[in-house]
Amino acid sequence: MLPAVLPGVGAVTQLLAVLAVSALLVVPVGRLLHGVFTGARHTAPERLTYRLLRVNPAEPMDWRRYALTLVLCNLVMLLVSYALIRLQPWLPWNPAGLAAQTPELAWNTAVSFMTNTNWQAYSGEQSLSYFSQMAVLTTFMFTSAATGFAAAAAFMRGLAGTNGAQLGNFWVDLTRIVYRVFLPLSFAVALILIWQGVPQTLNATVTAQTLQGETQRIALGPVASLESIKHLGTNGGGFFGMNAAHPFENPTPLTNALHVLCMLLLPTSLTYAFGRLLANRRQGWVIFGAMFTLFAVSLGALLLAEQGGNPVLGAAGADQSVTATQAGGNMEGKEVRFGVAQTALFAATTTAATTGSVNAMHDSLTPLGGLVTLVQMMLNSVFGGKGVGLINFTQYLILSVFLAGLMVGRTPEFLGKKIEAREVKLVMLAVLAHPLSILGFTALAVTLPAALGSLNNPGAHGFTEVLYAYTSATANNGSAFAGLNANTPFYNLTTGLAMLTGRYLTLLPMLAVAGLLAAKTRVPAGSGTLRTDTALFGGLTVAVLLIVGALTFLPALTLGPVTDHLQMLKGAVQ
Amino acid sequence: MTLPTNPEPAVPGPATPEPVIPAASLTQLLRSAALAALLFTAVCGLAYPLLTTLAGNVLFPAQATGSLLLRGGQVVGSALIGQDFTTPGYLRGRPSQTNRTDGSGPQPYNAENSGASNWGPTNARLRDAAQERAVSFRADNGLGASAPVPVDMVTASGSGLDPDVSVAAALAQTGRIARERAVAPAQVEALIRANVTRRSLGVLGEERVNVLRVNLALDALSAGRR
Repeated sequence: MLPAVLPGVGAVTQLLAVLAVSALLVVPVGRLLHGVFTGARHTAPERLTYRLLRVNPAEPMDWRRYALTLVLCNLVMLLVSYALIRLQPWLPWNPAGLAAQTPELAWNTAVSFMTNTNWQAYSGEQSLSYFSQMAVLTTFMFTSAATGFAAAAAFMRGLAGTNGAQLGNFWVDLTRIVYRVFLPLSFAVALILIWQGVPQTLNATVTAQTLQGETQRIALGPVASLESIKHLGTNGGGFFGMNAAHPFENPTPLTNALHVLCMLLLPTSLTYAFGRLLANRRQGWVIFGAMFTLFAVSLGALLLAEQGGNPVLGAAGADQSVTATQAGGNMEGKEVRFGVAQTALFAATTTAATTGSVNAMHDSLTPLGGLVTLVQMMLNSVFGGKGVGLINFTQYLILSVFLAGLMVGRTPEFLGKKIEAREVKLVMLAVLAHPLSILGFTALAVTLPAALGSLNNPGAHGFTEVLYAYTSATANNGSAFAGLNANTPFYNLTTGLAMLTGRYLTLLPMLAVAGLLAAKTRVPAGSGTLRTDTALFGGLTVAVLLIVGALTFLPALTLGPVTDHLQMLKGAVQ
Repeated sequence: MTLPTNPEPAVPGPATPEPVIPAASLTQLLRSAALAALLFTAVCGLAYPLLTTLAGNVLFPAQATGSLLLRGGQVVGSALIGQDFTTPGYLRGRPSQTNRTDGSGPQPYNAENSGASNWGPTNARLRDAAQERAVSFRADNGLGASAPVPVDMVTASGSGLDPDVSVAAALAQTGRIARERAVAPAQVEALIRANVTRRSLGVLGEERVNVLRVNLALDALSAGRR
């Protein structure tokens, strides 16, 4: 069933152009990451940092030690930032005189930014001072993303098994990623953003006298420095309530493409770095190919759905066609400068790379467009952000090896290590924690009248709002069907728990798997070994991913977006 | 809270040929974590944004402070932020769903409180709003009762601050603006076409018309004729 309106040549061309640039960056940036993860030399600022933190960069850590350090470091940062948000009225750079967030909202905000979810139950310009935006949010955007990459580095070293049971040193990984990757790139990207019109100032809100003689108060702030790390670290939390739809966060299609490239930069390059670490670049490319295929299919589906428009709007008199003077499509919640193509690109990227920023309101996407964004977060392995995407994808690689092993009746091996009961149990814990949190919390919310009071839309779409909230929180994405009023004690508490589940119940078991595999002796590949660096195996993994995902989530998706779509085709409204 | 004892001895053992690096104790770990929180806040949360602010304001002072537009020394708005134009002689922007800053009710194009409808595609409120906007757009611009209206004029933007309309939406308003300002429609159309923003790098995004810039140009045109 083809949509009534097909995308124009201009729409397709610009998407292919951005994807091509993204693909060209994989190898150079992958090399850079590989150097960061393996280089023996410490730079002078890094040595100074280790002295200030009183850590020994040479201390080797096994997976337990590495995980403990990671968790403790996160926990302390959580407490510090909670305190800073609560103390906001007494701290500097608060020209608007904003009050402190309530305790449960501050908990939600602190957990959200620590877990790299960047779910925002508040509106930035209304709730956080310039100091909080910088000292709490911007800091967490660096450290939480670096935490994810550090975990990925440890995980990859474990699988590569180059250093026995040792996975590396958490402090070294954290510091290097911040100093060598995030800080220089963020600074450069922020300057490009400012050139294009993103503000970067400590000046207070400006009052303009409009042409019609009214006053318009325009909120400003140090936006560019937050925007660049927000996307490089696939964080996603906006300076303003409407995030990257706001012209000050995303003033031109060029900044939109730059945001997209920043989001894809490190997750795509990580696959190449992984291949190099394993000394098996084919393995890296197979993972990249599988992820890229899923991403391209999602992007295409989103573009078709949004360009196809909404029959309800058509019946109301809207011209949604593509002509020489308009881009057409479903424009509710979208910006004219982006049109359907740049919006589809951003929505596909932000839900694949688990960023969570939005340049259009996902609540107002067509049902199938919304479905694509949901599915990418449910699979949670299409690139994924800050290292965890690769970790999640490896769950399915191991699962595929295990299934293939069962089919041929051999002990499965992955990267030369035997996969045994313990590893499979840990993988299944990680695989199951994700849907349990999404579906469990959704089921809880839809049975509570108080929770349903937060809905902005009736019917099937209202159910999708709740489903999206817990999917986004668990996937540490942070985007929302933002009509849902999530700033209630119930949602602040439960989405906070979902974020913690999604983050640590996948990260920690998978670090354990890496540690266990690292400690095993390598078995030489024989004639009966299933090769995991082939396109065939890549296809098998994608199939396993889709089957597990479909079996888990299809019922919920049918109740939500699928029902919504059928109603929309009939022109039925609620 | 009682801290579990560390399994590894914190003190180095007797001298061995291979120096064993001691694992940090739990107390040491917590201290390092606290120091890391402070250090990274100072570097990433203060030094980095402040340095960016400095560099941005030296290199691109106009953009860094909000791309403000001035007329006769008075700030009349930002080139990037839409305004609520209701007077028939001005080009109108898209519908905006922003609210007052205190949340007490609608206030279109409130640049202190960005916002969207977040209505789903099958929400009756979306259909009703779209119908109402289509009817008033046709009436304002002398279009037939069933003439299709450019989709961006019947839908609200994501930010509520969209500074642009599609070229189609701008051209459809030519007749009304020309009549109100008593100028030739061709003049208004030429002015709109001169203010079309092209795709970035010739490829990215969509062609569009910045509403505030067009209206500043319209005012300048009228002032020149007076």
